[in-house]
Amino acid sequence: MHTVSLRINGNPHTIQVASTTTLLDAIRDHLHLTGTKEGCGIGECGACTVLLDGAPVTACLILAVEVEGASIETIEGEAQSGQLSDLQQAFIDAGAVQCGFCTPGMIMSARALLNANPNPTDEEIVEAIAGNLCRCTGYSAIIDAIKVAAGADGREGPGLREAAAHTEGKAAADA
Amino acid sequence: MPDLKYVGKGVSREDAVDKVSGAARYTHDLAIPGMLHTAIIRSPHASARIVSIQTEGAEALPGVRVVLTGAGLCYRLGLYMQDKCILARDVVRYQGEAVVAVAADTLDIARAACELVDVEYEPIDAVLDPREAMIEGAHLVHPDLGLYEHMEGVFFPKAGTNVAHHQKIRKGSFDEAFGQADVRLTESFYNPPVQHVPMETHATIAQVSPGNRVEIWTSSQSPYTVRHLMSAAFGLPHASIRVHVPYVGGGFGGKAGLGLEPLAYVLSRAAGGRPVKVVATREEEFNTLPSRQGLHSTIEIGCSKDGKIRALKSTYVWDAGAYADYGVNIGRAAAYSGGGPYSIPNCWIDSYVVYTNKIFGTAFRGFGHLEILWGIERAIDMMARKLELDPAEFRRLNLLTEGDTTITGEAFTSGHGSPVGCLDAAAEAIDWESPSTAPSEPHKVRGKGVAMLHKAPAMPTYTSCGVVIKLDEDGGADVLVSGVDYGQGTYTVLRQIAAEELKIPIERAHVTWECDTAFSPYDWQTVASRFAYMGGNAVIQAAADCLRQIREVAAQALDVSPDDIVCEDAVAYVRGKPETRIPYEKLALGYTFPNGNSIGGPVIGHGRFIATGLTHLDSETGQGLPAQYWTYGAHAVEVEVDTETGEIEILKIATALDAGKVLNPKLVVGQVVGGVVQGLGSALWEGFRFDESGRFLNPSFTDYKIPTAKDLPREAKQIFLETPQPGGPYGARGVAEHPMISVPSAIGNALYAALGIEFSQLPLTYERILLRILEEREAGE
Repeated sequence: MHTVSLRINGNPHTIQVASTTTLLDAIRDHLHLTGTKEGCGIGECGACTVLLDGAPVTACLILAVEVEGASIETIEGEAQSGQLSDLQQAFIDAGAVQCGFCTPGMIMSARALLNANPNPTDEEIVEAIAGNLCRCTGYSAIIDAIKVAAGADGREGPGLREAAAHTEGKAAADA
Repeated sequence: MPDLKYVGKGVSREDAVDKVSGAARYTHDLAIPGMLHTAIIRSPHASARIVSIQTEGAEALPGVRVVLTGAGLCYRLGLYMQDKCILARDVVRYQGEAVVAVAADTLDIARAACELVDVEYEPIDAVLDPREAMIEGAHLVHPDLGLYEHMEGVFFPKAGTNVAHHQKIRKGSFDEAFGQADVRLTESFYNPPVQHVPMETHATIAQVSPGNRVEIWTSSQSPYTVRHLMSAAFGLPHASIRVHVPYVGGGFGGKAGLGLEPLAYVLSRAAGGRPVKVVATREEEFNTLPSRQGLHSTIEIGCSKDGKIRALKSTYVWDAGAYADYGVNIGRAAAYSGGGPYSIPNCWIDSYVVYTNKIFGTAFRGFGHLEILWGIERAIDMMARKLELDPAEFRRLNLLTEGDTTITGEAFTSGHGSPVGCLDAAAEAIDWESPSTAPSEPHKVRGKGVAMLHKAPAMPTYTSCGVVIKLDEDGGADVLVSGVDYGQGTYTVLRQIAAEELKIPIERAHVTWECDTAFSPYDWQTVASRFAYMGGNAVIQAAADCLRQIREVAAQALDVSPDDIVCEDAVAYVRGKPETRIPYEKLALGYTFPNGNSIGGPVIGHGRFIATGLTHLDSETGQGLPAQYWTYGAHAVEVEVDTETGEIEILKIATALDAGKVLNPKLVVGQVVGGVVQGLGSALWEGFRFDESGRFLNPSFTDYKIPTAKDLPREAKQIFLETPQPGGPYGARGVAEHPMISVPSAIGNALYAALGIEFSQLPLTYERILLRILEEREAGE
C-alpha cells in the first residue's frame, strides 16, 4: 500500500491505496465522492472526467499513486456554498440533462474549457466535449448550455441552433 | 381547453439539480456494508458443450466467498418466453454468455479468482445466420423449445425448429392483387444488431435476508416486472421481494424485463445473505447483455398505374440471438406495424423470430420499427421511382387517412393524428420542392430524402399503472409512481399535470424519485412510450380523488355542499365567495374547528389506468386491436456526400411528430434532438461485427462508434402537430421512441437522390458508401 496526499476540491486528504488503484477508484471508493462516474473504465467515454491541476483527465486512466501532491477538482466542487455555478444552472436551463450519468464529466470538461478560455467558439466547445459521450441528449443542448455559461449566447455558429430556439418557449406546433 | 398554468410549458427538470451537482445516486454509486463484488467468466465460443468446470483454485483464493456455475441453477427465466438461464448450463449458446460468476470481498479478488477457474469446452455446431437457422436440419439452439413456458395464445414457438415465434398478418388477397398490379417491386434489406449503450451499464445489488426475503437495488426500467419475474422464477411470494430503483443512467429498452437481478440474487443466497453487487463492464454491456436484434427483410409491393398501393408483402427474419424472451414480442409488433403507415388493401406479412448462436436481442427504442421501416421506406422510395412519382407525392397518395383500415383491421380515425400533416411539415422544413443547393466542393454531391414513421405501444392487453398522491402538511403533494424516469423527463411532465390538476404551485408538487415496490403503486414497465399517457391519466384521476376529499372536508367546515367548493391556488373557497376560504395546509391532514373538533384526515388520492379494448391478434390472420394509440411522424433530410471519401454530412434534418399535445416543449425538443442523433448512430456507424466463428469483434467505443459532439447535423428542426388523442392526457400521445425511427431510411433515400445508388444494408458507413460509389464507377466504365 502507498500513502498519497492530495487536495480534492480544495480540501487536503491522505489516503492509502494499492499500486493498481486508479484515481477514479480513489475518488469514488476511498473518498466516497460518487458524483464522478465510471462509464467504461478504459478512457473512452469521458464520464470520469476530473480536473488534475486544472487540466481535464479521465480519472480511470490515472493511477492514484501518480497524483501525490496534486490538486483535483470533481463535480462536487463545482457548486460553491450550496449555490450552483452558472455552468450548472445553464445545463438545467438549456435542458442539457437527461439521464444525467454523463453530466458530471461533461461539466468538468466544460469547466476546464471555460477556465482556460472564457469566450470559446462553437468549434472550441465541440472540441472540448468531443471525448465525453452522451447517449440521451444529442449534445446540442449541452453545447448551448456551455455557450450560455460563457456569456456567449446568441452568437451564430454551426450546430443544432434550431433546438436552442425552442428550448424556452412554446412548441413549434405553430412553426 | 381552459388556460393551463403548467401543462404545455417548458418546465425544467427537478432532478437536474441532483444531476448537475453529482448528488444523484445511481445503482453504480450504492454500497451496503459487507457487500461483495462480482466478476464473471464468459464463453469464448458461440456454441459449445461445457465438458467440465474446475473451480477449486478460485474457491481457495482468500476473499472469495462464492463461485457459482450454471449446473445447480435449474431455472428458466423470461418475460414473454422463458428460455434464459442465469448462467450457461450444459451448453453455451453465444460468445460472451456468462458461464461462471465469482463473488468476493473486492472486485480485484473476484477478477483474480476468475483466472483460476478452468472451463473445458467442446465446440459444437453453431448457426449464425437466421435464414440458415430456418432451414430444416439446422443446428437447434434450443432443442427443448417445445417445453418452454411462454405467453400462450400470443406467441407461437415452433418446436423442433429455431423459430421462437411466427406472427402472421393476412388481409385481403395478396397473391391476386400482386399478380394484377401494374408495377411490382421486390427488394431485400438488412439491419445488423446494435447496442443501446446506456452510459450507466447494468448494475444490481441483491441481499437475501433470513426467511428468504430479498431486497434488490437495480438500474432497471421495470421494478414491478423484475419483482414479478423473480417471484415466478424462484417461487417467492411477491411481498418477500422488494425492488428499489434509484436514478438510472439511461436504458433505451435495454433495462426492461430482467437483467442482472437473478444472478445477484443467487450469489447473495449462496453467500449466506451477504449483499452482492453485480456491475457490467462496458465490454459485458456489449458482449454479454442483450442488444437490438438484427433483421433480414424482404418487401414486395404491387401498385396500380395511378400510384396506389394494391398489395404489400413483408417477410421479416429476426436474428433473435441465443434467447428470445423479449425478442418474440418485437417480432409480433413488427408484424402488426409491418406495412408502414399506409393504406394497404391486400397485405401478407410473415415475421419470424429465429434463434442463432449470437448475442440475444431485447427491446430497443423503437421496438423493431427502425428496422422494418429501413426496408419499407426504402422500398417505397424505389417504387415511387418506378412509377415516376415524387417520393413525397407517392406517400401522400397512400398514407392512412380517415376511413381507411390498418392491416390488422383497425379503423383509422381523425383521432389517430395526421401522417400527411407530418410529411408535409417535414418536407416543407427542408424546402423539399426546391432542388438541393450547390455542394460546397466539386467532388461533393447533395440530395434530399423523406421517410415516414409510425409506432404504437407494444404491450400486453392488460397493461396498467397506478398513482398515489399524498398531500403534505403544507398543502404540497408527493406523487408516487413506479414507472421509471431514466432520462425521458416523464416525472417532470407528471409533476406538471399534478400541479395543474391539484391547483397548487408547481414548486410544491414533487414526484418521489426512487421507485420502491414496497411503497410505490404498481406499474407494468417503463417502455413503449406509454408512461406519460398512462401515468398522466392516472395522475389526473389521483388528483381528482384528492380534490374530492378536500372539497368534502372544506364543505363540512364551511357548511356548504361539496359542489359549492372551488379549489384554486392551493385554497378551497365557496363558489362566488372567494373570501370564505380554507388553504390546503389546513385541510391536507384534516380540518380542526376553533373548538378543537377535527374532521377528515390525511388526504391521499389514488388513480389508475389500464389499457382498454386491446385484443390478442388472431394466430392465422393477425387481425385484432394491438394498439392503445398510434403516433405518426416523418423525417426529411438533406445530405452532402464526398464522392472521393464516402463521407456524408447531414446538412438539415427536420422531424415532424403528431404529439397530440405537447406537454413540455423543452423536454420534447430535447427528446427529439437526442433521438435523431441516436438514429444517426444506427444510420451511419453502429452495427455488431462477428467473425466466422461467431466471435463478437467490436465490444468497445473504439471499435463501435456512437455519435459524439462532432457528429451533429448542421441544422435540425423539430415540428409538433397537435391532433388531440382521444383518451390521452390533455390529448397527448407518446413520442419517446419515435424520433430515432426512420432516421436511417430518410438518409438512405437522400443518398439515392445524391448519388443515384441504392443502399440496402445498414450502417451507411463512409466505407460502405465509398465502395458502392467505386463499384458503380467500375460498372459504368
